[in-house]
Amino acid sequence: MSRNPLVREVSPTSWFFRHPRYLRYMSREITSIFVGAYCVLLVVAVQRLAAGREAWEGFLLALQGPASIAFHLLALVAAVYHAATWFNATQKAMPLQIGEEFLPGNVISGAHYVAWAVLSGGVLFLAGVI
Amino acid sequence: MPPAQPGTVSAADAAPHGGAVASPGRPGGSKERTVQLEVLRYNPDTDTEASFQRYAVVCPEEGVVLDALNEVKASVDPTLNYRWSCHMAVCGSCGMMINGEPKLACHAFLRDYAGVIRVEPLAHFPIERDLVTAPDDFMEKLKRVKPYLIPKESKPIDAGEYKQTPAQLMKFRQYSMCINCMLCYAACPEYGLTPRFIGPAALTLAHRYNQDSRDGGRKQRQEVAATHEGVWECTFVGACSEVCPAHVDPASALQQMKIASSVDWIVEHLIPGGNGS
Amino acid sequence: MAKSHKPVVWFPFAAGGTVIAFFIPVIVLLTLLAALGHVPPGLGYDSLRAFAGSSLGKPIIFGVVALSLWSSAHRLRCTCYDFGLRADTLVATVLYVAALAGSLLVAVYLLGMPAA
Repeated sequence: MSRNPLVREVSPTSWFFRHPRYLRYMSREITSIFVGAYCVLLVVAVQRLAAGREAWEGFLLALQGPASIAFHLLALVAAVYHAATWFNATQKAMPLQIGEEFLPGNVISGAHYVAWAVLSGGVLFLAGVI
Repeated sequence: MPPAQPGTVSAADAAPHGGAVASPGRPGGSKERTVQLEVLRYNPDTDTEASFQRYAVVCPEEGVVLDALNEVKASVDPTLNYRWSCHMAVCGSCGMMINGEPKLACHAFLRDYAGVIRVEPLAHFPIERDLVTAPDDFMEKLKRVKPYLIPKESKPIDAGEYKQTPAQLMKFRQYSMCINCMLCYAACPEYGLTPRFIGPAALTLAHRYNQDSRDGGRKQRQEVAATHEGVWECTFVGACSEVCPAHVDPASALQQMKIASSVDWIVEHLIPGGNGS
Repeated sequence: MAKSHKPVVWFPFAAGGTVIAFFIPVIVLLTLLAALGHVPPGLGYDSLRAFAGSSLGKPIIFGVVALSLWSSAHRLRCTCYDFGLRADTLVATVLYVAALAGSLLVAVYLLGMPAA
């Protein structure tokens, strides 16, 4: 029997609409746009801090405004979504075998969430927020 | 072979005894239901494109999609092609896309589907005929990762067996459950976009043997697994693990392999005397 | 087929992803408060300048910003490919160079802030 297989191309620009799980994956990847943009803001912040008191206080003032608040909210959602997906993934990347059995995955991820809460609380405390 | 007929063909139309509807149902008066299927068909001898064909068959409510296909083949359209063997999610032959999800047809219960069930051949593989795909690419990749035990040291038979503790067994056991059904390849968008990717199942089997305490072949497998086409093509979508009918976790295996390969790289390139190239 | 040098970019990506997960949300929260007009005491010039001047603060600030930049750049590179942009070498070069440049700038700014 001669073979004449039909090869189907995957669309490189719209494949992620084929299944909800692909959209979930893409939303995880897209967080990098907002996190990356926020990192650029951090570079600017360090520059302003190095430039002295006036520059820094001007920077803090410039942060105020609706566009900045909107950007911060987007960055916050992106960063939190990144964190959640990252911690959920730790159990896959670093499974832990104790004796014969593997530690349940949600224990590994749960430990990361606890550490996240403690570290975030610590930073807020050091910054004088709480 | 006649070209696919348009429109719906039903068991009632085709059954030689008029209204008598053949059903694979077991005796005992189980509930039956008419199942509407929309099956992608391709005849390599006459077609240049694949097209959908509708079927309607009566099946027991507790049946699976494979039962419905068997009913179509038995009483409506004997030209329909698909692979199956065990009907119990062990052989891995009947993988296909069911409503867009990679599934074993024998493991897709009719009660979970309402309305027309769309059945297509596994995504990302060339269609040989109807629901039969060409697995050649996967088979070739499977061979390349050497998915078999390469003993650390060979010893004569009278030296006794290679012993393994239960803990050493648990380290790789889940990865040995792979039935080579290729659902993970149909789910993996990176394989679809970049077909040279070695892919989830083959790399996971490499990991299975790498993790085996009796094995000494990791260095050889890394020659394939640690290349661009190996684990580094994976972007951790995680779809492979979600669709695996044997509860293997390829996404986990591949992330572990990335970490181990990174440690290898550091040892080879940054540590003096670390076997650097 | 040669083994890949991908670990060079992937290892800092993984480290950066962890840093982003643990620290970026709370840092965003702090600057969000500032954006809302409630500047947290820790973001005041004196305390932040003292932190940036200290030998503990410098590596922390550099580590957080540099690793987060790199991780975002790497993930953005993969995202571009996933959206169908196939000029991967160009995309990778631009993004990695940008991340390195940002890290270098942060290092220079930090070195310009001696302990008070």
